[in-house]
Amino acid sequence: MQSQLPIYPEQASNFAPHIDALMLFITAICVFFAAAITITIVFFFFKYHRKESTAIGIVTHEDSRLEAVWMIVPLILAMAMFGWGAVVYVDYRNTPHDTLDVYVVGKQWMWKAQQPNGLKEINELHVPVGRNIRLILASEDVIHDFFVPAFRVKMDVVPGHYNTMWFRPTKPGRYHFFCSQYCGTNHALMGGWVTVMEPSDYSAWLSGSSGGSTNPAVAGEKLFAEKACITCHVANGTGPSPSLNGVYGAQVLLADGSTVTADEAYIRESILQPNAKIVAGYPPLMPTFQGQLTEEQIFALTAYIRSLQSQPVPAKGYGIAPPTGKK
Amino acid sequence: MSNTPPTPDLELPDEHYLNATYGSGIRSWLLTTDHKRIALLYLASVTVFFFIGGVLATMIRIHLLTPGGALVTPETYNKLFTMHGVAMIFFFLIPSIPAVFGNFLIPLMIGAKDLAFPKINLLSWYIYLIGGGFVLYSFSTGGLDTGWTFYTPLSSVYSNSAVTPAVIGIFINGFSSILTGLNFIVTIHTMRAPGMTWFRLPLFAWAHYATSLVMILGTPVVAITLLLAGLERMFHLGFFNPALGGDPILFQHLFWFYSHPAVYIMILPAMGVVSEIIPTFARKPIFGYAFIAGSSIAIAVIGFLVWAHHMFVTGESTYAALTFSFLSYLVAIPSAVKVFNWTSTLYKGSISWDPPMVYALGFIGLFVIGGLTGLFLACLGLDIHIHDTYFVVAHFHYIMVGGAVMGYVGGLHFWWPKITGRLYPKSLSQFAAIILFVGFNLTFFPQFILGYLGMPRRYHTYPPEFQVLNVLSTAGASILALGYLLPMSYLIWSMRYGKVAGPNPWPATGLEWKTDSPPLTENFHVTPEVTWEPYDFQNRPDLGLAASARPLAPAHGDD
Repeated sequence: MQSQLPIYPEQASNFAPHIDALMLFITAICVFFAAAITITIVFFFFKYHRKESTAIGIVTHEDSRLEAVWMIVPLILAMAMFGWGAVVYVDYRNTPHDTLDVYVVGKQWMWKAQQPNGLKEINELHVPVGRNIRLILASEDVIHDFFVPAFRVKMDVVPGHYNTMWFRPTKPGRYHFFCSQYCGTNHALMGGWVTVMEPSDYSAWLSGSSGGSTNPAVAGEKLFAEKACITCHVANGTGPSPSLNGVYGAQVLLADGSTVTADEAYIRESILQPNAKIVAGYPPLMPTFQGQLTEEQIFALTAYIRSLQSQPVPAKGYGIAPPTGKK
Repeated sequence: MSNTPPTPDLELPDEHYLNATYGSGIRSWLLTTDHKRIALLYLASVTVFFFIGGVLATMIRIHLLTPGGALVTPETYNKLFTMHGVAMIFFFLIPSIPAVFGNFLIPLMIGAKDLAFPKINLLSWYIYLIGGGFVLYSFSTGGLDTGWTFYTPLSSVYSNSAVTPAVIGIFINGFSSILTGLNFIVTIHTMRAPGMTWFRLPLFAWAHYATSLVMILGTPVVAITLLLAGLERMFHLGFFNPALGGDPILFQHLFWFYSHPAVYIMILPAMGVVSEIIPTFARKPIFGYAFIAGSSIAIAVIGFLVWAHHMFVTGESTYAALTFSFLSYLVAIPSAVKVFNWTSTLYKGSISWDPPMVYALGFIGLFVIGGLTGLFLACLGLDIHIHDTYFVVAHFHYIMVGGAVMGYVGGLHFWWPKITGRLYPKSLSQFAAIILFVGFNLTFFPQFILGYLGMPRRYHTYPPEFQVLNVLSTAGASILALGYLLPMSYLIWSMRYGKVAGPNPWPATGLEWKTDSPPLTENFHVTPEVTWEPYDFQNRPDLGLAASARPLAPAHGDD
């Protein structure tokens, strides 16, 4: 597939061609400057080589115009690199809305992925070609980093909060992924394979791999009862805590008057540090669940809360800010 | 030591800082307050750490010869690269040029008898030894496997290695840096000889002034940060561990706030060395003196504002990333200014190929590659892919080893006759400089490609497709090792057998060359008075050069 000594990895995502083009652009500029400087130095080195042992050089006076030129020209080129790099980066950091979400947990020294239907994989990740994929990344212990060279993307996986990354695979195949943030003894073994499949193969794989997968929302509903969340978060809004119907993705009005989008990170924070953001109109009652839930259980609870998105919001459902136009 | 074989025309001075007149027993060294002797104490101790770091690097490169790892277990491999980094960065690179050459030369260059605080200068060497002792204790009792960056919560909670003594050692060692920086700043401000105005200061002194600012302002931050990580480890205080309510990203902000500027602690002094060597061996004033001096200060200042470019993929806010990328590109400009001015200095020079010059030009070549590849990493879009890969490893070795160590070895060759009074074999040292340059490129250039192909750093084992480039890199490293062992051997040889150099063998224009080699303890017989501009060869009949053999300079030599 590739030559014996390749100089860039396969291009298998929407980002790969852009990042390779950026690489070529910067390389071209840098090779030009490196060559120009080297050739000049070598040329001077020979041309002005000292012939008599007592000879001295001819004084050349500095010239502020020249100094200005070699400050401004590199600055302009540097700003071009900055600008192009910024465009690619902003694109990468702004996830589109129509993503297929896969939860990924890193722990010393393995990766667990969970497909939207609850199917779990270890050190493997299956995704359909041509879909925008969002990975929601969590760590059970130290900082890891999920890196797929063929997609040219990586993101740190930081304990204590979620990071997300996205990409659109463009070519079916199997590609390495690595942990690229040093995480202890078996850091180098903490890798695996991303399998990019045709959408039909992917659906067949999802339904065919019956490995006892539980829908995460169902698992979350069970946990919601087990952990007694249900006692306070009563669905019809009559409990001491807000109903969670319709919360996911909505704007939540907080006690300090600000609003926050109820995304994965907000839900996670509210479970682990309930007092960080208090919903307007409710007392700060909730105990912390820090240390009592694994990242996977938090994913399950989040999936359950997400499944309540379409449930009717009770009248006392305030906490959810008045809708402001589109979602 | 002073019994030298007779030489035809030159002899060592009867009295100098090394010889028996002032005492040469072990006590006279351990209690010395002479900046030159303290510099040699540092020279010996940083060489020990360079040797430790070098042995560890050798083991790393041998291990990586095969994809499965040829030499050691994963635990041991992780300790190798961690201890390599800690020994090289905190105990070799950061003190190397400032504590050795800065100590030796700054008083000589500005016409002073010593640094402003000679006893504090000795104290800082003892602090360095105590810090180094703690770190060696950590290395020998279980080692250290956190990476030199000590990222939390790995270092503060999960690592089973001897993290605590290591962070205490680095914390203590920080004070050595701070005191050295303080000493330099006060000395440069208050002890300049008559006529030594700010704009007659050698650029080496300017570079050290800028470096000292970074040392004083940055070092306390990393010292406290590592101490906090140590406290979290020892007493479970929650600073960085999310399970205790801490934030692991906070550690990275604090750590890089110092550790990025620390790169400038390593490279600025090397730039200072090169700024001395180039005009000396081109025999003409340096082109754009004020711009080179100013760019040192600009690098030190802007260098404090770029730290979060190490954190583009930690999930930091997009706005922060944009800001830090932008500022990182700005810091490239003063570095470029230096390179252009050095190159222009060669124009119409009278260029000799003496060994220090070969090293200095090697420095420019390697620094240009190191600096330019920084532009790739500062680029937000590209950094998503190459962050934490071998591309980064290659880049910072080009800066720190290609740049800083090349500058250090170049400086050794330039000032060795001043330090020891003797010369080393010329052709052998030119050959060694070329070996170093070739070996370095062979070792580290393949790593840029490895990185772009996606090989992450700190991997004890790797997929087989990366093997060819790793073997190339290891082959290069063996040439590189020869490039270090050669100078070590002939420099030691020259201490006894080298030809006596005389006060000013090159000749060079600085004040340090207007006294004996080796200088006497008080540096100068009479306090010098400076009446000439820096790097001026034309109006210096004392140098014995044919100033009048060439026509006087045209009013404007620029093209």
